Parts: sequence; structure tokens; C-alpha cells
Amino acid sequence: MISFSKGNTPKIVKPQEKNIENPDWIKCPSCRSIQYAKQLEENLSVCPKCNFYFKLSASKRIEILLDENTFEETDTDLSSFDILKFSDTKPYTQRLEEGIQKTNHLEAIITGLGNIENTRVAIGVMDFDFVGGSMGIVVGEKIVRLADKARLNHTPLILVSSSGGARMQEGIFSLMQMARTSAAIGKFQEQGGLYISILTNPTTGGVSASFAFLGDIIIAEPSSVIGFAGARIIEQTTKQKLPAGFQTAEFLLDHGQLDKIVERKNMRKLLTRLLQFYSKGKTKA
Amino acid sequence: MKNYLPFEKPVSELEKKIEELEQESVSKQIDLSSSLEGLKQELSEEIKLIYSHLTSWETVLIARHPERPKLIDYIRYLIPDYVYFCGDRHYMDDNAIFSAIGTFQGKPIMVIGHNKGKDTKENILNNFGMANPEGYRKAIRLMRLAEKFNCPVVLMVDTQGAYPGIAAEEHGQSEAIAYNLREMFRIQVPILVIVTGEGGSGGALGIGIGDKILMLEYAIYSVISPESCSNILYRDTSRASQFAEKLHITSKDLMQFGLIDGILPEPLGGAHRDHKTMLETVKKEIQYFLDEQTPLNKKTRLDRRMEKFLKMASYETSLNLYQSSS
Ligand SMILES: [Zn+2]
Repeated sequence: MISFSKGNTPKIVKPQEKNIENPDWIKCPSCRSIQYAKQLEENLSVCPKCNFYFKLSASKRIEILLDENTFEETDTDLSSFDILKFSDTKPYTQRLEEGIQKTNHLEAIITGLGNIENTRVAIGVMDFDFVGGSMGIVVGEKIVRLADKARLNHTPLILVSSSGGARMQEGIFSLMQMARTSAAIGKFQEQGGLYISILTNPTTGGVSASFAFLGDIIIAEPSSVIGFAGARIIEQTTKQKLPAGFQTAEFLLDHGQLDKIVERKNMRKLLTRLLQFYSKGKTKA
Repeated sequence: MKNYLPFEKPVSELEKKIEELEQESVSKQIDLSSSLEGLKQELSEEIKLIYSHLTSWETVLIARHPERPKLIDYIRYLIPDYVYFCGDRHYMDDNAIFSAIGTFQGKPIMVIGHNKGKDTKENILNNFGMANPEGYRKAIRLMRLAEKFNCPVVLMVDTQGAYPGIAAEEHGQSEAIAYNLREMFRIQVPILVIVTGEGGSGGALGIGIGDKILMLEYAIYSVISPESCSNILYRDTSRASQFAEKLHITSKDLMQFGLIDGILPEPLGGAHRDHKTMLETVKKEIQYFLDEQTPLNKKTRLDRRMEKFLKMASYETSLNLYQSSS
């Protein structure tokens, strides 16, 4: 639901930016240095030269955050359907097909249970490569079910967002997912459940204005674009020049909307500590 | 000077003729009642014809009609002894959302809604009913106040969307809407939501959770405005009318999808042609809602509200809908 203007674009590396002749080398879109793909991956897809954050696939994120071989994916069979028979520059069904090809997943979020340093958590991770990480019926459903699972299993809930917002192609059905996910998270939190929301580049529109900003703790990756309305729309509407760093994680931290900005390599460590505080606080002495 | 929508051209011509004839009858002191009668009949037939097959885009134009009853019209009619409230208690008072308590059939109700202005001056003051975070925060504060008065809440939705502004982002537009989405499920008093004009995206939903959701016949409700949809996909708004169709945003569409509970019929030719009838319809509907809610205890009400939203647009419900339509 959001579009990114040139100046404010979260720099997303498209597959074609990989050197076609030599896929082992990737050019950093920020500092233009050439990185050895394997090395870049070892560095958690953060440019070693300029600290630019490449986007991370959902599977890779899970690999980084969870204890090895502990992830049990749930609701793997839910896949989207073209409820409005929608077509724009291309048919929606084709967008879905491309998303599946690109990510090897059926939707823009993977959900399941897994461990972080032996603490069981319910976790959902979005994948921007799947139709811009947009939230339609299936994304909403998987979050609702995950929150329920966390509630019934008494585990903390972690959601890693990466999304342009609600999925236009599913129209009003997408809008209603904002209500549904918020309802389910409220239900979980009301019973004392801890929800940690992690915002990555980008987290905007209907996703930021629903479950992503309901975290008991909200953490962002450095320089992620986070906001409600698209920068281009704001510029057009207000006819004002946007302040420097507008809608970046750092900007939001300055304005009191985040708890922390944490580097990718430190995220697991931070989660571990928080989860330990939480479980220690809960156990009776 | 009346505002006519492009497709209302035959109506404007007939009304002009009627007006001329009426003036002639007065100035020349002649009885033209039979030809006037005929013309009025013709006019009514013409309106019926036009409004019986509106396109989605035409419906959008009616939903935005400048002469449509606005929040303040409803408030003055429903709760004439109203007292209004200001501010979010944190930063400012956002005129884009207006809220008042008053007596409705002997008991207090709280009406909260998007405050589109009646003219340009008011619209500038009220930011065209496009709320900043402070508006959403004021709204939820006053829903809590309604709990204290034990009075039902009527939410009247009429906005193009939440305001896309710099300060809005700085002050947490996302958080403000998200917070309301969660908290409205906990407001203990009955909540009736009526989409009276434009139900624009998250900005509409931010005061759009309740026990019963109704739409006026020519209101719209959408994840994105047809113009923005066209703009994002094609970088210009020329395909707006096409997307109005594709996005399925009319009251009929939403009713078919099971996303709203009812459609409030509008007077012949739309609410803008006959405020009184529209206001009366809304009044009756509120009374009906209150009667429905009276026997419910708080827990049942909240459980049902939650259940309603978790079920609507769920995977299963939507898949069934999809399979039965294809
Ligand atoms: Zn670099």
C-alpha cells in the first residue's frame, strides 16, 4: 500500500543486481563495492564496507535467530487465492506465482515454534520478496493463528516485519486483517503474553499500523524505513520538504516510537537476554 | 448553487426547467401546476433510473458529495443537547475527529466521528476529516469516557484516510491506529459503527471496530482509494474509476462479502438530496441497535465482538466465499 520514491527508497537489491555472469559477486547498492556473495552471507547480509543492510529471506532470518533445528513451521498449507479476481499491471495470480518462485514459500510470512537459547517462542517472519511482504488474508490468518498458539502454549511471541503494508490486490479483505491481527494480539497480551515486535526494512502502511506497533517491546534494524504513509504521498500532500532521515528507524527512535535499534548480528543475543528476564520473572522463587 | 455530479446532468437540466417554470408561474400569475407535476414525475423517474445502475466510481463521487450530511448534522439531529470534548491529553486537539455526548431517547450516547467540514473554511480547519494521531487518541479516550457514563458509542466513519503528514509520522500515526484497533475490542459499552461516506483505509478502521457495522447505501469502504491505487500501480490517477470497480468498495460488495451487518438505504437520489430522511433512518437504526444490545452482558458483548472480527475475512470464511463465487 505504499510506494517508495527514489530519494527515500529502502535500497533493496533485486536479483538482477547480482552479477549475471558471476553470481558469486554482489554489488552493494549503497557503497557500490563488490562483495563476495559467500562472505556477504557470512556477514548476515550486511555490507562489511558500509554497513548497508541487504534484505534477508525469512528462512535465513529464522536460521539466524533460532537454535539450530528447533524450528517447527506451522500452517504451511495456507496459500493465497485471488478472491477479487484482481489484475493490474499483471494478474494477481501471477504476482503470487512469482512470490512463490522467488521465496520458495507459499506466502509472505513463515510462522512456527522454535527455540532461542532453549526458550520456546512462537515466531513469525515476513519475507519482502513475496509481493512486497504485503498482508492479505493468509498473512493475517497466520498471524492470528500464531498469536493463538503462543497464548495456548504460554510462549512469548516474536514477529519480524518486512512489509509495504496491506495487500491492495485483496482489497477490503486485506484491510480487515489489520483488525484481526490486532484483536488476536490483544487477546494474547491480555493474558500476560509477551510480544516482541522486530521491524526491518521496510515496515509501513497497514502492517505498521496494526500488529507491528503493538509490541510490548519494539526493536528495529538500523536505517529501516518505518512509517504509516508513503514518503511520496506525504510530500505531494503537504508540499513540504521531508526532514533528513524521515521515517528511518533512527528518526523513530528519536521520536520515542521504538525501544531500541539493534544490529542484525546482535539481535539474537538481545532476544536471549529479554527472554531470560521474562522467564526468570515468571518462575516462582 | 447546487452541486451536481457529472452523471446527474439530466437531473440538473430537469430541475432547472422546473425552477424556471415555477418562477414563471409566480411572475406571470398563471397556473402551470399540471406541467410542473409532469416534470416532477419525470425528474423522479430520471433519478430512479440513474441511481438504479450506478457504477462504483459514481458511488465514490456520491460518497464524497460535498452536500452529504456530515458528522455535525447527525450530532445536532440525534443528540441536540450535546456536549463536545477536546484533546488527546498529550499534545493537541485534532479537529478532524469530533466527539460529543448527549441524550438519545432519554439516555446518553457518545458519538465520535470523522469531522468533514461543510465548506472550504471548515474543511481547512478540520483537515478534511483526515486525522492525525491525536485524533485517534482523542477518540479512544472518549470511548473510555463513555464506559464511565455507561453509554453506548456510535462511531461515524467518513474519511479519505489518516492524514499523510510529517508531524503525523513524528507523533506515531501507526501506533495510534494500531493501539485503537486493539483497544476497541476492550471497550465495554456497545459500539455501533456507521460508515456514512468514505471508509478510507486504516484511517477509517482506526475508529471502525464495533459490535455492529453498517454502511449507508452509497458509502464506500476500501483498503486504498481508487486514485491512490492507480497512482501506485501506474504512477497516475487516470485509472481510478477502473480500480473503484476492481477493489469492490460499495456497500453491496461488502454486504456480499459478509464484512458488514447491514446497508442503510438512502433517500431517492442520495443522502445529499434529502438530509432529513437520511438522519431519520440513522436515528431509527441507532434505536434498533440499542434495543438489540440491552439484554447482553459485557462479557458476551466483548466475546462476540472479538469473534465477529476474527471470523470475518478469515482464511476459511474467505475461501468459502471464493469457492462459491467461482
Ligand atoms: Zn556497502
